[in-house]
Amino acid sequence: MADHSNAPAPSTETLVDIYRRMIRIERNDDTIRTAIRRGKLVMPYYSARGQEVIPSAISTLLTDDDTICTIYRGIHDMVAKGMPLRPLWAEIAGRVDGTCKGKGGPMHLTHPETGVMVTTGIVGSSMPIANGLAWAAQLDGSKRVSIAYFGDGASNIGAFHESLNLASLWKLPVVFVCQNNGFAEHTRYENGTSVDFIAKRAAGYGMPGYTVDGNDPWAMYAAAHEAITRAREGAGPTLLECKTFRFLGHVLGDDDKYMTKEEKDAAVAVDPLPRFRARLIADGHATEDQLTAMQAKIQAEVDDAMAFGLASEFPSVEELRRDVFEQEIAA
Amino acid sequence: MSETVKQHAFQAINSALHQAMADDPKVLVFGEDIADREGGGVTGATIGLSTKFGDQRVKSTPISEQAIIGAAIGAALAGYKPVAEIMLMNFTTVCMDMIFNHAAKLRFMSGGQSTVPITIRTLTGAGWQTAGQHADHLEGWFAHAAGIKVVAPSNPADYGGLLLSCIQDPDPCIIIESAGTLFIPGDVDTVQTPIPLGVANVVQEGTDVTIVSWSSMVVRSQMAVAALAEKGISAELVDLRTVSPWDREAVLASVAKTGRCAVVHEALRSFGPGAEIAATISEELFGKLKAPVRRLGAPECPVPFAKVLEDAFLVSVDQIVAAVEDVAAQG
Ligand SMILES: Cc1ncc(C[n+]2csc(CCOP(=O)(O)OP(=O)(O)O)c2C)c(N)n1
Repeated sequence: MADHSNAPAPSTETLVDIYRRMIRIERNDDTIRTAIRRGKLVMPYYSARGQEVIPSAISTLLTDDDTICTIYRGIHDMVAKGMPLRPLWAEIAGRVDGTCKGKGGPMHLTHPETGVMVTTGIVGSSMPIANGLAWAAQLDGSKRVSIAYFGDGASNIGAFHESLNLASLWKLPVVFVCQNNGFAEHTRYENGTSVDFIAKRAAGYGMPGYTVDGNDPWAMYAAAHEAITRAREGAGPTLLECKTFRFLGHVLGDDDKYMTKEEKDAAVAVDPLPRFRARLIADGHATEDQLTAMQAKIQAEVDDAMAFGLASEFPSVEELRRDVFEQEIAA
Repeated sequence: MSETVKQHAFQAINSALHQAMADDPKVLVFGEDIADREGGGVTGATIGLSTKFGDQRVKSTPISEQAIIGAAIGAALAGYKPVAEIMLMNFTTVCMDMIFNHAAKLRFMSGGQSTVPITIRTLTGAGWQTAGQHADHLEGWFAHAAGIKVVAPSNPADYGGLLLSCIQDPDPCIIIESAGTLFIPGDVDTVQTPIPLGVANVVQEGTDVTIVSWSSMVVRSQMAVAALAEKGISAELVDLRTVSPWDREAVLASVAKTGRCAVVHEALRSFGPGAEIAATISEELFGKLKAPVRRLGAPECPVPFAKVLEDAFLVSVDQIVAAVEDVAAQG
C-alpha cells in the first residue's frame, strides 16, 4: 500500500463528512434493496455495499463543478458526490421526476448540477469520456477535476489502456479510480487480470499509480488528496487502485457461488462502516448519540425520497419521441 | 437413439454445444464467465462444457470483447471452429472492428484464401428494464455487412439446430438470442439436427396476408395470428430464422399467394431489415400486391427504462393485429 504522508491528515470535520456520505450511501442501498424485495421497485440492481469509503473520501475533496463518470454499480459514487435523493429515487423508479425523466433508470443516471455527467452500463466506457471532461477543464483554464470510476474487470478492456495513454500524453486533470472489489461478475480478479496490482499498469503509461486500502478512510483520503491536487495543479492524471469488496454479489439476486463463504465472512467482519464509526467515537471525533442522530436524519431523508419517487407519475408515452434529438421527431 | 424432450432455449443451446464439441475436436467455446468455475455463463448456456471438454477448449475470458473476437478470428484462420460469446448484443459495439472489418471481410479481401468460420452467440431484447445499453436488436447492423450470416431463432429447437449450422458453416455467423423467446419451452430432440441457414419456416399457413417475422416477434405474431383467425382473417406466418441471407424465395412465394404482407421485427423500424424485405417484395411482386407492404418495428429512440415506455417501445400483439387487419382490408 502506498504512503501518501505528504497529504494533510483529514480534520474532524472531514472525517465526519466522509462518514455522513457513507451512511447516506448505505441507507439508500439498504432501502432500495428492501423496496425491490417488496416489489415497489423493479430494476436490475448492482449494490455497492462495502465500497462506501472510496467515493466518500474522494468526494470531500470535490465541488459540484468537478465531474464524475461512473458505472452501473455507481449509486455510491452519485450519492457521495451529492446528487439529490428525490430525483435519484424517481429515476430508479422510472418516473417523470427522475434525473432523466425515467428514461435512463438505475444504470444511466445523469445529474450535471452535481457533476454526475455519465453513468454507463458498458464496462470501461467511463474512462474515455472522463478524459474529455478533463480536457474541457484544461481548455477552459479551470481547476475542475474529472473522476473516472470503474471496476477491476474494466482494466482489461481496450478503453482503459487507450484512456490512460491519452490522459498521460495530454496531462489531463483526471483521476482514474479503480474500485477493485476482487470480482468481475463471476470472475475472480486473478483469473481475469494479468498483473497482481492494477496500479502497476500506470507505469506503462507514464503516470503514478497507487494501490490503496479502499476501506480505510484515512488512506483513501490521503491518496485522493494527492491525486486530486496533482490534477488541479496541472501535473496530470493518476491511477488509484482502491482495494475493497462487494458484499452482495454482482447483481441483486445473484447467488454468489463464485465466492467462498470464508472470504465473504472475512470481508463482512471488517465492514468499513461499523469499523469507521467505532474509530470516530473512540478517537473523539463524534459521540455515539451524534452519529445515531445523523443516521436517523439521513434515514428520514431517504424515506422522503422514496415516497417522492414512488408518488411521481410515470412518463407519458410521448416521451419516446422526445430527447432523441433537440427537436422532436415524427413517430 | 434420439428422443424428444421439452426444453427452453438455453437448454437447447447447451445441449447443441455439448453435441458440437463432442462431434468435432476443432470446436472451441469461450467468453466472459462461461466456464464452470464461473458458473457456466450468466444464462447457464455453457454449463458443463469446461468440466467435460477441459479448460483448453472451453475458456472464460477477461472482459475484453475485442480480444475475444480477435482470438476467435485467429484461431479460425488456423483451422479451429470457435464459438465466442459476447454476453449482450450491445457489447458487440466494443468489438465491431473485429467483426465488421475483419471477420466479415477476410475471405473476400484475401481472394478466398482465408476463411473465418466463427460463431458469435449473443443475447439481447427489451422487456427486462435494462434500458438503453443492454437491449438493442442490432441485426440490421450485421445484415448490412457483407460476409457475415445473421441468425435469429424463435424457438428452442431452432436455437439448437441453427447453432449447429452456424458452427459448421465455413463463414462467420452471429446468432442472436432474444429475451422474448428464451423461456418458452418447446420440443427438442436429444440428438439435434442442423437446420440449414437461410431457410425460412412457415409456422402457420394462411391465405389473406403474409406476416414475415423472426426472433421475439415471431412469438407475438403467433398470438396475433390466433387473434386474427377469430376475426376471420387467415394470416400466413413466415419465421425467417436467418435474417441474412434471408429466404427470399419462401417470402416471395408466400406473398405471391396472399398478395399482402406485414414485416414485424423488434429492431427499430427505420432502416431496419423490414425495409429490405419490403423493398424486395415491391420490386419482385409489384403487379401482384393488393396492398403496400407494412413494416412494424420499434420507434426511433433508444430502449427506454420506465416500464410504461418499454412496453410502448416494443411492437405489441394488438399493433400487429391492427396492422394486419388494415392490410387485409385492402385490395
Ligand atoms: C463491454 C461490456 N462487456 C461486458 C459487460 C457485462 N458486465 C457487466 S458488469 C461486468 C463485470 C465488471 O466488473 P468490474 O469492472 O470489476 O466492476 P464491478 O462490477 O466489480 O464493480 C460485466 C462483465 C458490460 N456491461 N460491458
